[in-house]
Amino acid sequence: MSSTIEAQVLQPYKYGFVTDIAADTIPLGLNEDIIRLISAKKGEPEFMLAWRLKAYRHWLTMAEPTWANVKYPPIDYQAIGYYSAPKQQKKLDSLDEADPRLLETFEKLGIPISEQKRLTGVAVDAVFDSVSVATTFRETLAREGIIFCAFSDAVREHPDLIERYLGTVVPYTDNYFAALNAAVFSDGSFAYVPKGVRCPMELSTYFRINASSTGQFERTLIIADEGAFVSYLEGCSAPMRDENQLHAAVVELIAHANATIKYSTVQNWYPGDAHGKGGIYNFVTKRGKCAGVNSKISWTQVETGSAITWKYPGCILQGDNSVGEFYSVAVTNNYQQADTGTKMIHIGKNTKSTIVSKGISAGHGQNTYRGLVKIMKSAEGARNYSQCDSMLIGDQCGAHTFPYIDVRSSTATMEHEASTSKIGEDQIFYCKQRGLSAEDAVSMIVNGFCKEVFRELPMEFAVEAQNLLGISLEGSVG
Amino acid sequence: MLEIRNLHAGVAGAEILRGIDLTVRAGEVHAIMGPNGSGKSTLAQVLAGHPGYEVTAGSVTYEGKDLLGLAPEERAREGVFLAFQYPVEIRGVTNAYFLRSALNAIRRQRGLEELDPVDFLAVLDEKLRAIGWDDSLMNRPVNDGFSGGEKKRNEILQMAVLEPKLAVLDETDSGLDIDALKTVAGAVNKLRRPDNATVVVTHYQRLLNYITPDFVHVLADGRIVKSGGKELAHELEARGYDWTREPAAVEA
Repeated sequence: MSSTIEAQVLQPYKYGFVTDIAADTIPLGLNEDIIRLISAKKGEPEFMLAWRLKAYRHWLTMAEPTWANVKYPPIDYQAIGYYSAPKQQKKLDSLDEADPRLLETFEKLGIPISEQKRLTGVAVDAVFDSVSVATTFRETLAREGIIFCAFSDAVREHPDLIERYLGTVVPYTDNYFAALNAAVFSDGSFAYVPKGVRCPMELSTYFRINASSTGQFERTLIIADEGAFVSYLEGCSAPMRDENQLHAAVVELIAHANATIKYSTVQNWYPGDAHGKGGIYNFVTKRGKCAGVNSKISWTQVETGSAITWKYPGCILQGDNSVGEFYSVAVTNNYQQADTGTKMIHIGKNTKSTIVSKGISAGHGQNTYRGLVKIMKSAEGARNYSQCDSMLIGDQCGAHTFPYIDVRSSTATMEHEASTSKIGEDQIFYCKQRGLSAEDAVSMIVNGFCKEVFRELPMEFAVEAQNLLGISLEGSVG
Repeated sequence: MLEIRNLHAGVAGAEILRGIDLTVRAGEVHAIMGPNGSGKSTLAQVLAGHPGYEVTAGSVTYEGKDLLGLAPEERAREGVFLAFQYPVEIRGVTNAYFLRSALNAIRRQRGLEELDPVDFLAVLDEKLRAIGWDDSLMNRPVNDGFSGGEKKRNEILQMAVLEPKLAVLDETDSGLDIDALKTVAGAVNKLRRPDNATVVVTHYQRLLNYITPDFVHVLADGRIVKSGGKELAHELEARGYDWTREPAAVEA
């Protein structure tokens, strides 16, 4: 019986193909020359190289963290390629001049970027291995004063903004993987929404790892100036390979006074095969700073891929009355491991945070929620609500919860709820007795379990999340 | 409609039903009564196809088909409905969505078009009106946070919408106060038609004050030890179950 349920959750990985394209790669391994080479390839200003080298030197003094509830063999950082870009002859005037194999790759992934087939209402930055290959709707957005481009373009075209904000939320000293990223990051997305502007479309980045033996180290920086609003989506996938590939990204968000940033992720890196061979190590640092009063940052993530996920999107609630939210669905199947959660740091008065975490474990999957709610003395009247629910499918998997609470303000209000449930034979039988198939029953139950998170997703992503979990969202998300 | 012949079934090697024979025709209401542990609920679960029970001998023919050869969802789509003694909770899924999905699964089987949410509301409205209930349960998650009475009422509401040919009510009266009992029984009576049949499984006679059975069967130790008309229920109420097991009583 439980095998029927598992078969449902265990859908074959549909994005595992490899694109055969000539790549510009650099020798494997990491040293200062490699970092200089990456910086030179990007045509970066001096301040960027200096920052990378500082980060690298700091990284050398650090040790890989071992506190996460995940197990993997040691990573050989000298066996990884830190740069790989599809070869392109010259700067393109139009996307339609791009290598058709690249356009085809993104089309196959359901992310059409060619001029004729663009998704309406969504601007896409497509990142292939180490470089951004296309950003759609740049001109349309520029008319509103919005900058949305590849990170490397931003470094060249808007060095003032980069210099002002880079590393201000996640400094390179933050943790081992953030330091590594700062040293070697190759591309990513940059968005700036000016004062009082409501971004008229969803901004999104699609990350694709293609080359073997290569890590992907992207960096995303989003700034919403006073009173601005932006909703940003992030998706990703990778070929099926026997090797483990490292993905160590950094995302920084800055919301000024009265600004709102909504950041949604559907993470679908290759999870490895049914025996735990291969898959992506997804070691990511994401953090937002609610810098101004009444600002708001909301993280929504649906994590279904990766062999190992290590990720804690958090919010620094500095501005008075600022709001941080974290909505998460994490699925671990086969031998996948996830240690994920959030950090909410309350500094400003009357700051408010909401955490809703849904972990689904199947097969031999191990799912850990790890969250920190820290309320500083200055955060008078701060409030937090946390809800952590775990669902087990089968009896070989595990669910773990580590909520850390650190309250230094006597006027704070904390609420924490947690539950663990199992998809039971009785639930399935009840649904079947009403005429539903086992597949529909499982989708309905899982879907109902994730409802509070799915309803936070923008429409486009709700559909992708539905496809990923093989579930129908229709009607039950309201 | 339903022919049960020499049905033996049990759980984990322990035999609970030891040769049940029962015939139910369209338009009839049968009451299955008996003391705790007599096998009443097992019979209901076996008819619905619960995977926890194993049928070791006998046959069940429903509308000319081998019922035991059908998967639980196929039985449901063919018109077999079980009102659960302990209805199951499904968090985050609204009753309306659940019920529409179920109705559409059954409609597909019957070659009918599936209903969109708007059409479904119209059907729901009509059914609710027929049994005189409101739609207060529909936008709540399936049985989640329902009181005992609401859960039982929800089962009958599902029955009203899904329009089964054969409904098996497993201890639907347990845990109901007298007002709730009347409400539920009233709805069941309104759903009676010449082309459907109902099997009411109950420990107590009091439900039968409101749902009048055509036949009453007494189950003991996995067998039907006595059958009769509605007056048998009153006799059981007055005399208890013990006398039915005495051989003399069976012959009488």
